[in-house]
Amino acid sequence: MTPLAYSDLRQRTRERDRSLREKVMSLEEAAKLVSDGDHLAVGGCTASRTPFAMIWALVRASKRDLTVSRSIMSTEGDIFYASGLSTHLITSWFSQGIVWGVSKVMRAYTESKRARFEEWSHMAMGLRYRAGAMGVPFLPMRSMLGSDVLGMVSGDGEGPADASFAAAKTMECPFTGETLLAVPALNPDVAIIHVQRCDAYGNAQLDGLTFMDIDIAMAANRVILTTERVVSNEQIRRHPDQTKIGFFTVDAVVEVPFGCAPHECYGLYEPFYSHMDMYAEMTARDPEAGARAYLERFYHEPKDWADYLSRIGMAELLDAQRRGSGIYDD
Amino acid sequence: MTIEATRMSLAGTLAPQDYTASELLGVMSARLLKDGQTVFAGVGIPLLAAILAQKTHAPGLTILFEGGVIGPFVEAGKLPPSTNEQRCTRRANMLVSITEVLLMLQRGYVDVGFMGGAQIDRYGNLNSSYIGDARNPKIRLPGTGGGNDIASLADMIVAMKHEKRRFVEKVDFITSPGFINGGQTRAAAGLPAGGMFRVVTDLGILGFDAETRQMMVVALHPGVTAADIKANTGFELPVPADVTTTEPPTPEELAILRELDPEQLYTA
Repeated sequence: MTPLAYSDLRQRTRERDRSLREKVMSLEEAAKLVSDGDHLAVGGCTASRTPFAMIWALVRASKRDLTVSRSIMSTEGDIFYASGLSTHLITSWFSQGIVWGVSKVMRAYTESKRARFEEWSHMAMGLRYRAGAMGVPFLPMRSMLGSDVLGMVSGDGEGPADASFAAAKTMECPFTGETLLAVPALNPDVAIIHVQRCDAYGNAQLDGLTFMDIDIAMAANRVILTTERVVSNEQIRRHPDQTKIGFFTVDAVVEVPFGCAPHECYGLYEPFYSHMDMYAEMTARDPEAGARAYLERFYHEPKDWADYLSRIGMAELLDAQRRGSGIYDD
Repeated sequence: MTIEATRMSLAGTLAPQDYTASELLGVMSARLLKDGQTVFAGVGIPLLAAILAQKTHAPGLTILFEGGVIGPFVEAGKLPPSTNEQRCTRRANMLVSITEVLLMLQRGYVDVGFMGGAQIDRYGNLNSSYIGDARNPKIRLPGTGGGNDIASLADMIVAMKHEKRRFVEKVDFITSPGFINGGQTRAAAGLPAGGMFRVVTDLGILGFDAETRQMMVVALHPGVTAADIKANTGFELPVPADVTTTEPPTPEELAILRELDPEQLYTA
């Protein structure tokens, strides 16, 4: 993930059709915008606003060799490894969630060295996306210094594994002489982000926590939005202050109700806890066989997204929705 | 009032068999938080202790969550399983991006960083990344999350179980820096602000020597001796002659904790 040369970044942006045009398509059509070997950035954080429908479509389209980055990874990280979609994840924390303990699938793949989990601090992830969004090759920061997290990504640990590895570097501030850490920009080839609503052009309005999604959308060279609902452009224009991701960054819009299931979508549904427990149980004893069985049942066998949701179950869906909409109760 | 609570209040003072180790951690670390402070809290005991402090002596405590939440009041019985979910946002003053809330640490708007720990050493360095050699680990752990950023930029309280395998001479991997190799080594590494303030365990409260930056005992919990705490620590841990004993948890504090976490998500 060496920072893209500025001239290349500008060139790739120039080449995109950034006009105000309708770009609604299916999950399958949107999956064609991702190429094998791409750097894919995933919106949301942990079990919140994970664009699971798009991940589901990418697994079904048998994408390979993606480098995947996200602020914090939960069960989708397991899915990336177990499906063969990626063997290189860049994130700050990776496990299903603290109440389920350390991810056994993550352990199985990383401890046998079949996959990498490249660890940066959470703020470093944020500033790497922000540098990408700003069109600068790095940003300075004051954490990770003195730690072995820095050692692992600055050359004295496992990295740089290859020439494409962009290491963090300590630097002297040109004004004060202080020691700072320079973290390199991330400009993902494709970002996938799930939102509560957007219009057909890709103007997206987010409720609740935005995580790193606004910077990710600005940093990426292509953005696929999945959305609970496509609304009219008129509705967007009534509250332009609520628009967090602009149409000009967006290349595809896919309407997918419950597009984060079994994770959360703020104000609409909370995580599907029983399903998350079931997943943890399936991967507890033999993590790889358990993950394969899960993929078969929920990723490969369903005939469409509605079938996927049916397999998770109506009772789960209603429970998650009841808890999710409770955010607005006093 | 439950029968259990009645029994406890009749007894007056609580004995160690009346509470779990996690409940003790929650109560003792909540007491370290002051009204009016801004605390950056991790999930688990820190979250629980911060809410307990809000409901007792620190109603004006501002909690920050890594997900981008400023000043929430989390609802009893609806604890979030991470700091990045909608349950964290209840009655908050402000929601921002993850990057923005972490930058508040760097700018200096956070009084206390408060998190749990898996492994700690005599200089307060924390490991949550690898057990064994990082290049060939026995166990790959979940990693830093915001832990490194919080520990690098704020005065820290850490709450963790006191076991010999967790309190080691040198951590396998510094995920979140304490005082690194002691003395001035933290500042020399480019971390002039923050550092370890207190480590709260189920045996006592620990602090750090102002010069050497080595861990030392500040107070012991009721029924714990200096020999007990030394026996459960993997390095030489000084216990001053004038060491104090903490006040046991009160029935009120325990009742609040149990109401907050009825399913014992964090307090089993």
